[in-house]
Amino acid sequence: MRLSRIPWGPLVLVAALFVPAQASRFYTFLANDVVIWALFATSLNVLVGYTGLVSFGHAAYFGIGAYATGLLMKKLGVSFLLAFPAGGVTAGLCALVFGFFCVRLTRIYFAMLTLAFAQIVWAICFKWNEVTGGEQGMPEIPYPSFDWVDRVAGVLPFVGGYRTSDYYYFTCVLLVAACLWILRRIVGSPFGRMLTTIRENAERAEFIGVNVRRYELAAFVIAGVFAGLAGGLFGIFNRGVFPDFAYWTKSSEVLIMTLLGGMGTFYGPAVGALVLIWLNQQIVSYTEYWPLILGTILVILLFVFPGGIGGAVTALWRRLQRGAARA
Amino acid sequence: MLEVRDVRKSFDGFQAVGGVSFTVPRGSISAIIGPNGAGKTTLFNLITGHLQPDDGRVVFKERDVTGIAPHDLCRLGMGRSFQRTNIFPRLTVYENIQAAYLSHRGRGFNLFTPVERLYRPETEALLQSVGLLEKAAEVSGFLSHGNQKQLELGIALALEPEILLLDEPTAGMSATETRESIRLIERIAADRGLTLLFTEHDMEVVFSISHRITVLHQGRVIADGPPAEVRRDPEVRRVYLGESG
Amino acid sequence: MPDLSFVFAQSLSGLTAAMFLFLIASGLSLIFGVLRVLNFAHGTFYMLGAYSAFQLVQWIGVGPGRFWLAALGAATAVAILGGVIEHFLFRHLYGKEELYQLLFTYALVLILSDTAKILWGTQQKSVSRPAELTGAFHVFGATVPHYNLFILLLGPAIALGFWFVLQRTRAGRFIRAAALDRETLGALGVNVDGLYTWVFVIASFLGGLGGALIAPMRATVPGMDTDVIVEAFVVVVIGGLGSFWGTFLGAVIYGQVLSFGILFFPRFSIFAVFALMATVLIIRPWGLLGRPLK
Repeated sequence: MRLSRIPWGPLVLVAALFVPAQASRFYTFLANDVVIWALFATSLNVLVGYTGLVSFGHAAYFGIGAYATGLLMKKLGVSFLLAFPAGGVTAGLCALVFGFFCVRLTRIYFAMLTLAFAQIVWAICFKWNEVTGGEQGMPEIPYPSFDWVDRVAGVLPFVGGYRTSDYYYFTCVLLVAACLWILRRIVGSPFGRMLTTIRENAERAEFIGVNVRRYELAAFVIAGVFAGLAGGLFGIFNRGVFPDFAYWTKSSEVLIMTLLGGMGTFYGPAVGALVLIWLNQQIVSYTEYWPLILGTILVILLFVFPGGIGGAVTALWRRLQRGAARA
Repeated sequence: MLEVRDVRKSFDGFQAVGGVSFTVPRGSISAIIGPNGAGKTTLFNLITGHLQPDDGRVVFKERDVTGIAPHDLCRLGMGRSFQRTNIFPRLTVYENIQAAYLSHRGRGFNLFTPVERLYRPETEALLQSVGLLEKAAEVSGFLSHGNQKQLELGIALALEPEILLLDEPTAGMSATETRESIRLIERIAADRGLTLLFTEHDMEVVFSISHRITVLHQGRVIADGPPAEVRRDPEVRRVYLGESG
Repeated sequence: MPDLSFVFAQSLSGLTAAMFLFLIASGLSLIFGVLRVLNFAHGTFYMLGAYSAFQLVQWIGVGPGRFWLAALGAATAVAILGGVIEHFLFRHLYGKEELYQLLFTYALVLILSDTAKILWGTQQKSVSRPAELTGAFHVFGATVPHYNLFILLLGPAIALGFWFVLQRTRAGRFIRAAALDRETLGALGVNVDGLYTWVFVIASFLGGLGGALIAPMRATVPGMDTDVIVEAFVVVVIGGLGSFWGTFLGAVIYGQVLSFGILFFPRFSIFAVFALMATVLIIRPWGLLGRPLK
């Protein structure tokens, strides 16, 4: 089958760029949400799907990135070009410190410590009124400046004429695409392969020369950096940064997305983000009991489709390929 | 090449290994045998760094490696296979071996090169030598027990060890599989000039290929020498066969 | 220098909070010790206990003895719910990865807490104290409601009762054995599946009871489950996952840290609690009285 030769990635990217022109403001808003959460979920998957480390506190880095970028842009007037990577770097540094302690533990203790650190981050954001705005958070994070677009539009007319939120959407799409490309390279590299050996059999991995703790810490930091970048984008998108970005229920939301889309594939979590946000949107217009529906979906997933959407699709694919090979 | 000096290990007051010493000369094939619970696997774990000895030293290539972490030890040239098959179940056979090369050749922290084409010739050559080349694309978790053991051997060999520690390499195999397996191991050891140290329950295997046998009983060495000598040793006979004198 | 009555009052309030947490956390610890699963839904059982108590009080009124009936009824209802969930659903996840089990308990949180919202709405509910215990003592210059004292005594009483059951009865021996090595226990012919269900039932009873008993003291409101479960995690981590007395100790420590922390360092008390949890995990992951997992 030639389907694998089709450049899905670039196609989706181009399609994503057409959304503001073709669809309403509301759908652009949704798409923006999806794009950011896709990055967040994919970053978590580096830990959960590729290394086998279940973190219940990934939202901590999302929150740290959001606060760092938000603070720099709002209170210190730093430009987006600097504030965005700074969010990732700050989150990465915290991941380095927290992760150092977390990777020395296994399984349930690891999960508990990630949870504890996330709650510490939440508690600091919640109470440090002077810096983080406390319970009220930091509303009105400014958009990056898009004045330069007018100059570009002189040369490339199709670039002009969009709203600020649309330009921000384009920015998110391009940045997330770049991040996903980088992550894809990382998990497809020897380093990524070493991570999967740890997931499959950490004892054996030790005995092919893999310093398991060091690799786990590296994975933790990488996951933290990209979660921080996602957080930075989200704070601006959300028009405000709030302590609940780091609360443990946020960690479970992204974990569910990752599971829904399929932890065993690279794009699974992104698909999970799309499906979950879209579903949420659909259902919330009919009923306020979204958690009930989400919980039921989760139960069905766990019992019937543990591989998530990605797993089901891959299984179907393989069956089709085998059928085609035999024909 | 490998020297174990007076190694001891206790668990909660139970002495699993109590003062074991022996030497494994370079290029030889040595076996550690003993009834169940004699401490063979514990001893292996102590040598390979999975456990820290309470006392005693492990010296490898004239270097004190007591308690060194496994991932450092295998870089020094010590390879190991495990009693319960220890492979990477959801990776393919090819990927299992390739992973070992990636790690061993120091590419582990390369974050950008796509992994598919790396070390293809080496991986395929190794798969060929352990007889698994046709199965390269299969998911290793679905292989038969014998094939998994072959894969396990392959992974250990990919690390280009100088000494190979095999923990019950023919456990769970039929007589035919055992013979083939041992022939394979012998051939590979001869081809690559490997030193072998293995534990076994199958006495036929042990006595047929070992140059040297160390017998453990309740955590202590009760005999140590060439097969003929060990076979005649009255203590060994008593422990294994219940004979007196 | 704060005066004695003040310290006493704070201490007491910390201890009272600790006893409630102990009730919930002991169930959590029990489930973890035997089933090796961290049950996120335990906080929701607690919440359901509170709502059920409210409902039962609505139905049977507030005469003498009615509150206790309602509380026991609520706990029993929650226990039955727990047993049903374990038997029909949770049991099928035992062999699977831990992540799936954890996420299942989280799914329960979502489903059950929304169900509570459907049944009882989002307005907070309140339950009045039982008629027998509406007065208060005046000790050391502090006012101690009778009900609080009851709770303070009930906690250790339940702890002792459970300790007795675990140590001295056959059922307790089975539970302890299952915690150590369930395969062997199964091989010995003990119905391990049934045992697991009972453990779940007992733990849910404790959680539900905690919720029912706290209903007169705190507002019953959506969201109380996610708040309390994290507190329960902290307690269980500090005391030791799977250790019964550890949970008791952890609850007491937590209660004191929180009540004095709120007083002296109001802004940092929440932080302090999680920092304590993290510290325990870093230095001694199996907690003060726990044992290292194999």
